Amino acid sequence: MERRTLFNSRLLPAVLVAPQLAITFIFFLLPAGGAFYQSTQSTDAFGLNTVFVGLRNFASLVTSPQYHEALVRTAVFCVIVTNLSMAGGLVFASFANRSIHGRFLYRILLIWPYAIAPALTSVIFVFLFQPQIGLITNLLAGFGINFNYATNSNQALALVVLIAAWKQVSYNFIFYLAALQSVPRSIIEAATLDGARSFHRFRTMIWPMLMPTTLFLVVTNLVYSAFDTFDVIYALTGGGPGTATDVLVVKVYRDGVINLDLGGSAAQSVLLMAGIVGLIIMQFRITTRRST
Amino acid sequence: MNKKPDYLAHAVLLLGMLLFIFPIWVTFAGATQSAGAINRGDISLLPNLSHLGIFVRAFSFGSGLTGSAPVWHMLLVSFGMAMTIAVGKIVISALSAFAIAFFRFPFRMAAFWLIFITLMLPIVVRIIPTYSVMSDLHLINTFPGLTLPLIASATATLLFRQIYLAVPDELVEAAKLDGAGPMRFFWDVLLPVSRANVAALFVIEFVYGWNQYLWPLLITTKGNMDTVVFGIVQMITGDQLIPWNLVMATTILALLPPVIVVVAMQRWFVAGLTEVDK
Repeated sequence: MERRTLFNSRLLPAVLVAPQLAITFIFFLLPAGGAFYQSTQSTDAFGLNTVFVGLRNFASLVTSPQYHEALVRTAVFCVIVTNLSMAGGLVFASFANRSIHGRFLYRILLIWPYAIAPALTSVIFVFLFQPQIGLITNLLAGFGINFNYATNSNQALALVVLIAAWKQVSYNFIFYLAALQSVPRSIIEAATLDGARSFHRFRTMIWPMLMPTTLFLVVTNLVYSAFDTFDVIYALTGGGPGTATDVLVVKVYRDGVINLDLGGSAAQSVLLMAGIVGLIIMQFRITTRRST
Repeated sequence: MNKKPDYLAHAVLLLGMLLFIFPIWVTFAGATQSAGAINRGDISLLPNLSHLGIFVRAFSFGSGLTGSAPVWHMLLVSFGMAMTIAVGKIVISALSAFAIAFFRFPFRMAAFWLIFITLMLPIVVRIIPTYSVMSDLHLINTFPGLTLPLIASATATLLFRQIYLAVPDELVEAAKLDGAGPMRFFWDVLLPVSRANVAALFVIEFVYGWNQYLWPLLITTKGNMDTVVFGIVQMITGDQLIPWNLVMATTILALLPPVIVVVAMQRWFVAGLTEVDK
């Protein structure tokens, strides 16, 4: 789409886009190019000599069992987080869309968690699950369950999944509520009549109408769980114990910033870029289909 | 219609509400208890109302690491960061969308695609090279370093472009007949028509700026530029004995500003988010 009525000037528009382009170039494109360049270099342990190694950094990633593990872990993590948080958002949205007393209060009480910082979400869950002081840890201990995310790998992974999903429910709630509000009232009311078949009615009448939103949310939630959960995980476990919660974005940080494997980390960055490009293309395909 | 209260809906929504309030309540109640009791694993769900002063004391609490700033300083840095990012993103995105929608100039589409590409380059995919650029420009541990790289925004630019493309031609012609130049038109017509979107973007970007963790983790090494979110994580990861009540009180203080912004501007925020993220 283009405008027919325009203003005439060549200098003014250049001045107007300059700040955005300057920031984009210096802080986005230059470093992205740097990542491509660095992914073909190898630096010795003392940081003294750097040599061109072609695609060797990629080859060692592809053959690395640790990278495979991180890849599988990330996939499992993303699928569970996406399912949990979308299911939560959908359930709460469909009840909050009913005409009940206090629905506006309920809505705001389900929307506000959007404002909590992902890293602080982990801190708050530390108060609940910390091995010594955690309120829920101590409750579980009363039932003879020993909960310690600092030493038990499975518990650590389960906890970061729980936190990442908890944090994202409000986002899905907002989108599903907006989608439900555009479904004709008569259909909603027909589908929510009391009775054992109301779930069946929801599935056959409303769920298909929510499909565009669901598709859109699947992609945004995958992007969220793959790329935006660094804060949640790193603030809680730092990727540990061992490599138990080392998903791809945590691994790229640990390998690069902590272990100073610049070439290996850059190669991981390049692969991550490929991943996000794929997801964003999917997202745009879905949204253009939705709006036409 | 039936007047019987919808018990199931109330039950589910109350449960959902509790799911989100409960952890915050524990944090609030814990803040008012003695550090010793918390350390023994005795967090009571009943707040000790005579200890509410902890929320004032927390302002002068430091993160306990050498060279760390007190909490009031961290809150100031966070506030400055959130405001700069929110206002900065809105300003440069509105201006570049205006240029792209209302002018024809060489490399116009190239500029558009360059801005669009930033969507695909979150910090995690360019960590080390971004750090090198920052260090070459002497931006480590500086306020511009903390904020400037986060001000570019493809989503905001796309949104403004869409709004500007929908402005009726008659409105532009009328403004031109009145002798309004492009900047006058931008200020008097475009900004007012996009007011609701600006409000929504402000909420989204304020929350985004306030909640940053990875960027401060990378770019601050000395404490003078610690944000409160980053500072709190530092407080609980050191080897020192953790004063849990002060950490919990600081957490509540750090949660409040973005929550207040979202709740107070809820109407614009909810309408805007579903618009912006598509």
